[in-house]
Amino acid sequence: MKKKVLTVDDSRTIRNMLLVTLNNAGFETIQAEDGVEGLEVLEEANPDVIVTDINMPRLDGFGFIEGVRRNDRYRAIPILVLTTESDAEKKNRARQAGATGWIVKPFDPAKLIDAIERVTA
Amino acid sequence: MDMNEIKEIFFQECEEQLAELESGLLKMNDGDRDPETVNAVFRAVHSIKGGAGAFGLDDLVAFAHVFETTLDCVRSNKLEPTQDVLKVMLKAADVLADLTNAARDGGSVDQARSRGLVKELEALAHGELPSAPSAAEAAPKPVKAAAPAPAPAPVKAAPAPTDDSGFQPIPFSFDDDFGGDEASAGMPEYEVSFKPRSDLYAKGNDATLLLRDLTRVGEMSIHCNMDALPGLDQLDPEGAYFKWTISVKTDKGEDAIRTVFEFAEWDCELDIRLIEDAASPVGGDEELPMIPVPFDLSALDGDEPAVETAEAPKPKSDAAAAVAAAETASNVTQLAAAAARVEKKEAAAAAAAAAANAAAQNNAAAGAGQTIRVDLDRVDRLINLVGELVINQAMLSQSVIENDNNGASSINMGLEELQQLTREIQDSVMAIRAQPVKPVFQRMSRIVREIADMTGKSIRLITEGENTEVDKTVIDKLAEPLTHMIRNAVDHGVETPEKRTALGKNREGTVRLTAKHRSGRILIELADDGAGINREKVRQKAIDNDLIPADANLSDEEIDNLIFLPGFSTADKISDISGRGVGMDVVKRSIQALGGRINISSKPGHGSVFTMSLPLTLAVLDGMVVTVAGQTLVVPLTAIVETLQPEASAIHSFGANHRLISIRNSFCPLVDVGRILNFRATQANPVDGVALLVESEGGGQRALMVDAIQGQRQVVIKSLEANYTHVPGIAAATILGDGRVALILDVDAVVGASRGQSLKAEISYAAAG
Repeated sequence: MKKKVLTVDDSRTIRNMLLVTLNNAGFETIQAEDGVEGLEVLEEANPDVIVTDINMPRLDGFGFIEGVRRNDRYRAIPILVLTTESDAEKKNRARQAGATGWIVKPFDPAKLIDAIERVTA
Repeated sequence: MDMNEIKEIFFQECEEQLAELESGLLKMNDGDRDPETVNAVFRAVHSIKGGAGAFGLDDLVAFAHVFETTLDCVRSNKLEPTQDVLKVMLKAADVLADLTNAARDGGSVDQARSRGLVKELEALAHGELPSAPSAAEAAPKPVKAAAPAPAPAPVKAAPAPTDDSGFQPIPFSFDDDFGGDEASAGMPEYEVSFKPRSDLYAKGNDATLLLRDLTRVGEMSIHCNMDALPGLDQLDPEGAYFKWTISVKTDKGEDAIRTVFEFAEWDCELDIRLIEDAASPVGGDEELPMIPVPFDLSALDGDEPAVETAEAPKPKSDAAAAVAAAETASNVTQLAAAAARVEKKEAAAAAAAAAANAAAQNNAAAGAGQTIRVDLDRVDRLINLVGELVINQAMLSQSVIENDNNGASSINMGLEELQQLTREIQDSVMAIRAQPVKPVFQRMSRIVREIADMTGKSIRLITEGENTEVDKTVIDKLAEPLTHMIRNAVDHGVETPEKRTALGKNREGTVRLTAKHRSGRILIELADDGAGINREKVRQKAIDNDLIPADANLSDEEIDNLIFLPGFSTADKISDISGRGVGMDVVKRSIQALGGRINISSKPGHGSVFTMSLPLTLAVLDGMVVTVAGQTLVVPLTAIVETLQPEASAIHSFGANHRLISIRNSFCPLVDVGRILNFRATQANPVDGVALLVESEGGGQRALMVDAIQGQRQVVIKSLEANYTHVPGIAAATILGDGRVALILDVDAVVGASRGQSLKAEISYAAAG
């Protein structure tokens, strides 16, 4: 069965790239445009892994990750942060919130897929 | 979807982000200090940078990065967004837009300008204030710690600019091979000691997966130390009790092993060590670290028992055993999760509540409701179909009325409802294509900035009613005339700061752009508080250019309207800014082409106001239905000034073919529409018909002779060009209620065809009274 990835990113460009990359690599992809929508679709999407941006309107990546981890059903789901931010403090904040891993944007498709495979069963 | 399509989307998105950026900066310029405004501005630049990086648009990335760094200083309160700071940022936003356009269309940007702005932005980020007269403003907090400066002026920089935050654009490619290659035997051997903490599981990591992943790095043997596992009664289901010792044979180096634990590094104790007496590398190319590097410094507790290593002959199956053991551990975690599932609903509710809360907090900033993006073609198709429906409904009504004189009330009622519904559907469909004028208004603020800069003037653009909606087709055609008028207002209208001060006016000039709805049309007003029209100069110019006779007696309003005549320019010398060979006559014509009108009112010393009245859509037209030589024609209502029944005494012949009609002491040429369109061979007697006084391009009036007026009606415009071919004198066609096609008159073309006299003569008619 195809693994399901939920991507949360406010940039249409990045969403499309993720869609193409992930679909090409044989994943099923569900997309949300910000943290609020991410949490809304979570239940229905039931993803195997989440890839999220940090800078987003309404609810940013930190808040989204916290929201996911608060839900017991998703407390063990891997969450990869995909962002252009690379400073240690923000990385640390994302870890505290419960992020599994951190990938710096713009992403190398091979590295992204590799990272996803690494954290999903 | 391919790369080009994604790129197209990227540029569309850039446009939206640039608009967002500018409107945010303008809001900040007006004193808005809402963190969400600053965040939105930051996100806009950030987002452009992210996408540009993926496409390897290095110039764009480099500039966006510098911009973003400065914005981040504002975001973190290290830099006060004063008006001087915002002035730099607004200009930077313009450059960012130029770079985006250059990246899309392959054009070039003003390198000096962008380099200059990079320097200004960097100076701001380093706490240097822009040197401006307003130094008296509250001293902004300086930027903490002088961060290493990004490479100076990296606008045309090396392909992969690095900077202080370590951002490195990696061009995106779909051709990458996702497969990894398998390791072979006879390689250096590493000993990895790995002990997860329970946090590792809490963050969605899984020791099982890490070990599985390690098998991809090389051949490995594995040992699991379960000594720390307590009895069931003491077992914390969320605890982590296992410790693994793994030996890995690989020629990929220590980094490959580290990469596996990349995401786990904070939540485990990890030690990677090269076993020195292991086989020497096969390839020998790679330099391997000879000193064991402790991965997690905090893990060096020293109270860990010695690592037990049990090497088995078949590493893979051993690994599988370890995996099984690890699975037990992760199953234990899952058990805990299952136990906690009872509370799932509450937890989910809490999460939802939190999300809703966050959403509510951000709602104001998030703006209006949800939207979808629809291909414009689909909307056009729908509009077309609704047009057909409107026509069909009218036909149905008419035939029912004709056939059912007794008026079966149920049919009549149904028809009335149908009529109302069609009207509502039509309005709703038109509303789909309606958009706020905001993007056009925003573009104008850039033009004001640029021209103010070029002319050394200080100008404030105030926009009002920018959310007023109008059909997209109108918006698209509005930018050009507006741009020209704004240029004029700034270049000719508003005085220099020195002059303004001398006149006792505010040093800073004001240009006000307003949009509002009025009786089914959109009214756009452009007002400046400049010098107003110099009537003496305008008059003299018109006389010099032979546009009016020297003794013409014109009212102030008539003089003001002279600037709309072709070839008229009040500028003494043609400047770079407004002397582009385009005069106000072109502006007037493009407004008229939109079915609109333009008026000017000016007060010497106090400024000028241009008022444009435009239809809300180009798909529907208010027309006057007239009869000419047995044909039904539609004349756009916007062109008609008044209608009158000519009296024999008012008609004057002028040569064999020309006739004039005197209206309130001035003369106006009569144009027989039937004759011009070749509906009849000889001119009809004007006294038998009706004259429509129309205003055409150049401001000249003509009296169009038609046989009779049927009434006013809103008609759905059908393109003749698209369905047939261009017909001179005819703008488009429509279908009437009885199913007949009626042609819509192109007033300008008809007047043009009739033009036997020069414009000079025309003005003198108006002036003759």
